[in-house]
Amino acid sequence: MTGDPHIGFIIAAYAAAAATIGAMIGWVVLDFRELNAQLDQATRALDAARGGAKGKLGLD
Amino acid sequence: MVNLANPTTFVELTRRVLPWLAAATSALFVAGLWLSFAAPPDYQQGETVKIMYLHVPAAWMATFVYAVMTAAALGTLVWRHPLADAAQKAAAPLGAGFTFICLVTGSLWGKPMWGTYWVWDARLTSVLVLFILYLGLIALWRAIDDPGRAAKAAAILTVVGAVDLPIIKFSVDWWNTLHQPASVFRLDGPTIAPALLIPLIVMSLAFTCLFLTLHLMAIRNEILRRRIARVTMLAAAEGDRLAPEFAARGA
Repeated sequence: MTGDPHIGFIIAAYAAAAATIGAMIGWVVLDFRELNAQLDQATRALDAARGGAKGKLGLD
Repeated sequence: MVNLANPTTFVELTRRVLPWLAAATSALFVAGLWLSFAAPPDYQQGETVKIMYLHVPAAWMATFVYAVMTAAALGTLVWRHPLADAAQKAAAPLGAGFTFICLVTGSLWGKPMWGTYWVWDARLTSVLVLFILYLGLIALWRAIDDPGRAAKAAAILTVVGAVDLPIIKFSVDWWNTLHQPASVFRLDGPTIAPALLIPLIVMSLAFTCLFLTLHLMAIRNEILRRRIARVTMLAAAEGDRLAPEFAARGA
């Protein structure tokens, strides 16, 4: 196969497909990590708003 | 029956199904690539036929993903299913990715086989329109702040854009195109030799499993995004609710 005159096109096609699939996987995985971090932060903010405020008001 | 309309149930289901789907996808890609590279060269195309093992599954997925999005759009518009717009939004970047692979690999196959990277042929142009539709839908979701309005607008555009699917499928029959007619899904059966057809089928299954895996993950991300918005709003509302009490007690 390496002696094929169009080997460059074949390699380029597989490289482009691998890069695109890699980007799709990376997008989903990185988005998931970032969203989990954001959810933790938002939950902490909610807990602080509830617990912290109640604590300050002497409602605990 | 499992209530998939409940986002919490759906997230729990994805947590259990995803490892199996990811394993199946990896196994199918390993088998598909091994079969592709072990397959004999085509008598006319030579080794360049190996590009077809990427191009054809990507082309099928490009249209399949849009069909999934159309069904989800109907779910949003007609049945107001709570996960339909999440499924639709999650599928768009994946559909764009598969269409991009289809266009790039087709172009890289076209140069050595047709002597050109691109022609304004009906099949190629209608697939390019599909790619632009995907990008337009992604842009539409980003342009509208209100998620409900964005979902409705995107659902309408998706349903209207679905007219491109039969055009893509039948373009090679309706017009004189440089692109060859269907050679797998034919009434009289495939015209491809089994030695070339089997790797193509395995690679198509691998692409389908890849889409299912990434789609489930992306829907789960959309559910998380909504959860974050809800928790952030609750935190803000809680702050507003307790603010007068703070003021009254001088806290």
